[in-house]
Amino acid sequence: MNGAHDLGGMHGFGPVEPEPDEPVFHAAWEKRAFALTLAMATPGGWNIDMSRFARENRPPAEYLAMSYYQVWFAALETMLKQRALVADDEIAAGHSLHAPKKVARTRSRSRSSR
Amino acid sequence: MPMSGHHDRHHDHDHSELSETQLRVRALETVLTEKGYVDPAALDLLIETYEKKVGPRNGAHVVAKAWVDPSYRARLFKDATPAIAELGYAGRQGEHIVALENTPNQHNMVVCTLCSCYPWPVLGLPPVWYKSAPYRSRVVADPRAVLAEFGVTLPAETKIRVWDSTSEIRYLVIPMRPAGTEGWSEDQLAELVTRDSMIGTGLPNRPEN
Repeated sequence: MNGAHDLGGMHGFGPVEPEPDEPVFHAAWEKRAFALTLAMATPGGWNIDMSRFARENRPPAEYLAMSYYQVWFAALETMLKQRALVADDEIAAGHSLHAPKKVARTRSRSRSSR
Repeated sequence: MPMSGHHDRHHDHDHSELSETQLRVRALETVLTEKGYVDPAALDLLIETYEKKVGPRNGAHVVAKAWVDPSYRARLFKDATPAIAELGYAGRQGEHIVALENTPNQHNMVVCTLCSCYPWPVLGLPPVWYKSAPYRSRVVADPRAVLAEFGVTLPAETKIRVWDSTSEIRYLVIPMRPAGTEGWSEDQLAELVTRDSMIGTGLPNRPEN
């Protein structure tokens, strides 16, 4: 697909600005949005192409105005709602209001040594 | 959520947008946890992995080994994914890695113009500039100017080749071993290997520094 994400060769975005001693994440919510996206891939049943599409199939002005993890998080919400795993009223309430769906399980952390 | 935050929203635009995202992420995590889809402790573990364990020190180990061990170097350029797995680095976003050899004639640079594809097992998560519009748009059109923004100037006769990553193929640049490091151990050499030198936007540190 084409779209605002297809940036190669475009003019006008200004100089590259590397950040010295950059942290891996820039806010606590970025960590959670990142981890939720990874952790929900198996129960959500999506692969990298589906999550890429959900991020890139966004109105260009929106895509360019959002930060990287804002795009990730918006795509996560989109994919969860498309699969009826979460509903708008639940996100607004901040609580589960409907019975969960049966989903594939991710590997339990008990297998890890920590 | 109670509406107590509503009043504050009128003051600082950026701050309130951040808080709204923060609240929305927290709300979604609560919903997904209550439904039993995710375990917050498993999320903590994922975060810890990418903050503390998986990062460019892994790639530096690969590069240093390629500098000291000719047979490893040959395996790395023949098929990088299993050669990297020999050192214990594998997994998410590293299913197919290609190693790119810098030489006096050719300098390699890596980008993902469409997104942020990057070899996680050897470099960790990408920095913001790698994911940002200025780098993605410009490095394919004017790599020398972009290199200059990183403080790197190459001889005019060195060709620059830019590799555009995909969700299937990720690249790891193997920089040239710095002069003056004869007899150095693999661990000493790994200390010279910077993250940017493995993306192609930098060079390894010099031994005198």
